[in-house]
Amino acid sequence: MARLVVLGGGVAGHTTATFAAKWLGSEHEVVVVTPNAKWNWIPSNIWVGVGQMTKEEVTFDLAPVYAKAGINYYQAKAVSLNPEGSESSDRPFVTIEYTSADKAGQSENIEYDYIVNATGPKLNFGATPGLGEGSNLGEHTVSVCTADHAVHASEKFAEAIEKMKSGTRQKFLIGTGHGMCTCQGAAFEYIFNIEHELRKAGVRDMADIKWISNESFLGDFGMGGLHMKVGGYVVSSKLFAESLFAERSIDWLIGAHTSKVEAGKVEYELLDGSTGEEEFDFSMLIPPFAGVGLKAYDKAGEDITDTVFAPNGFMKVDADYTPKPYAEWKASDWPRTYQNPTYKNMFAAGIAFAPPHIISKPMKSPNGTPINPTPPRTGMPSGIIGKAVAHSVSDLMTKGENAHLHEASMAEMGAACVASAGKGIFDGTAAAMTVYPVVPDFEKYPGTGRDTDYTFGEIGLAGHWIKHILHHLFIYKAKLNPGWTLIPE
Amino acid sequence: MSENKLVEEELNFQKEQFSLTMIPGKFARAMRTCVIWQFIRFLIINIKMIVVVSKSH
Repeated sequence: MARLVVLGGGVAGHTTATFAAKWLGSEHEVVVVTPNAKWNWIPSNIWVGVGQMTKEEVTFDLAPVYAKAGINYYQAKAVSLNPEGSESSDRPFVTIEYTSADKAGQSENIEYDYIVNATGPKLNFGATPGLGEGSNLGEHTVSVCTADHAVHASEKFAEAIEKMKSGTRQKFLIGTGHGMCTCQGAAFEYIFNIEHELRKAGVRDMADIKWISNESFLGDFGMGGLHMKVGGYVVSSKLFAESLFAERSIDWLIGAHTSKVEAGKVEYELLDGSTGEEEFDFSMLIPPFAGVGLKAYDKAGEDITDTVFAPNGFMKVDADYTPKPYAEWKASDWPRTYQNPTYKNMFAAGIAFAPPHIISKPMKSPNGTPINPTPPRTGMPSGIIGKAVAHSVSDLMTKGENAHLHEASMAEMGAACVASAGKGIFDGTAAAMTVYPVVPDFEKYPGTGRDTDYTFGEIGLAGHWIKHILHHLFIYKAKLNPGWTLIPE
Repeated sequence: MSENKLVEEELNFQKEQFSLTMIPGKFARAMRTCVIWQFIRFLIINIKMIVVVSKSH
């Protein structure tokens, strides 16, 4: 019997572990190590953050689901990897530290035959002074990155609405909290839900709403923007996004690195090198992401973290990390199997893998401050990568080390993104977008880098209904209810 | 003396930041929440998304 250890229980980790457990059966052991007791359908945190859903509607307990799947579950965080074992044993192991109430702080080593790093990101609030400390959210802004953050955001949002109802004008500032953030889509969705709820509450005229983002143009989304088919035209996502903002009277500030957050105020630096301040009464700023800080040691106990992980803390995989100028970036730079090049029994999935470079055009202010979005690797790509990695590891465990590895390059996969603007079945709308492929391939699609037959976007109730269906469908799937394998990632 | 012609949805073009983009008119906005039209779009978007998903696996 061989053992697969999956670090992380988010979209990528949960997908990897559940499919591996199904394919491996009782012949082999699957272990999940995740610090969380609950699974969270993160896209719906947006609705929690405006008070339209509860935390309970977007989360469920992991333990019974893993018990049903025959997965051994450790509520703990991984601290370090010893891929060569120790001086006393050749068996590789991961050191974990329990986070469950009964064993909090206790450490344990878990040996493995294969390991998948799907830890997701460290929410690096500490990268911006005042935004938070380490991975902890600060006191001046709110977040929708976790269900608890979203509950807190909804409470602050309700307070802001009450103030407006009593005649006090409020300024809302939503966007990214650092020049190197990703996940603009979440902030994008949140700002339109805020606007929708304010209109619903009858206080829209008492609110000033502003977008602040590290994108060099609206609609970059960390993918260098996209060209999509809309109403018979192929248009840039810049026009699509600007139209949404203009229609709803939402101002924007782009190319902005949020350099400092204080009570009711952010300081920022723009791509032209100028600096400024923006005041707010309510602010939701997405933090930058980093690797969770896993260390790695060789057999002698020497630190080999730099061998296994990139400087940003994400795990190196089969990508081409050779530094090269933007003009020479290719789709083939992106990883296909997510296998670590040094230790072949190690894989990474989802946000935890180190991308070869960003997707958007790299930008710096004249002061040398990098201000550009980092690549999105959440949602559908995370699930697809997780499933491909599960397939590869299962084959390696059952067919031997020469088994074929399954591939899931982001330059050959699409993504569907449904950004809601309100929750009501008949008054909410959503921008439904698909992009194919996520990473543009200008050799295959010389015009826009993408297939415009499958890259499209439109706004309406239809997208909104899809968003509702996806919410229920993916929670149903994650709970491993009957037929879960038939639901695609 | 000509009369003023106020088109409400076009007022946002007065703001310089919004003046170079497009803003939907009444018809486009009505179609976004027209249940019959949106049901048709729902079917079409779903088919397109299924194709994208199948091409991605």
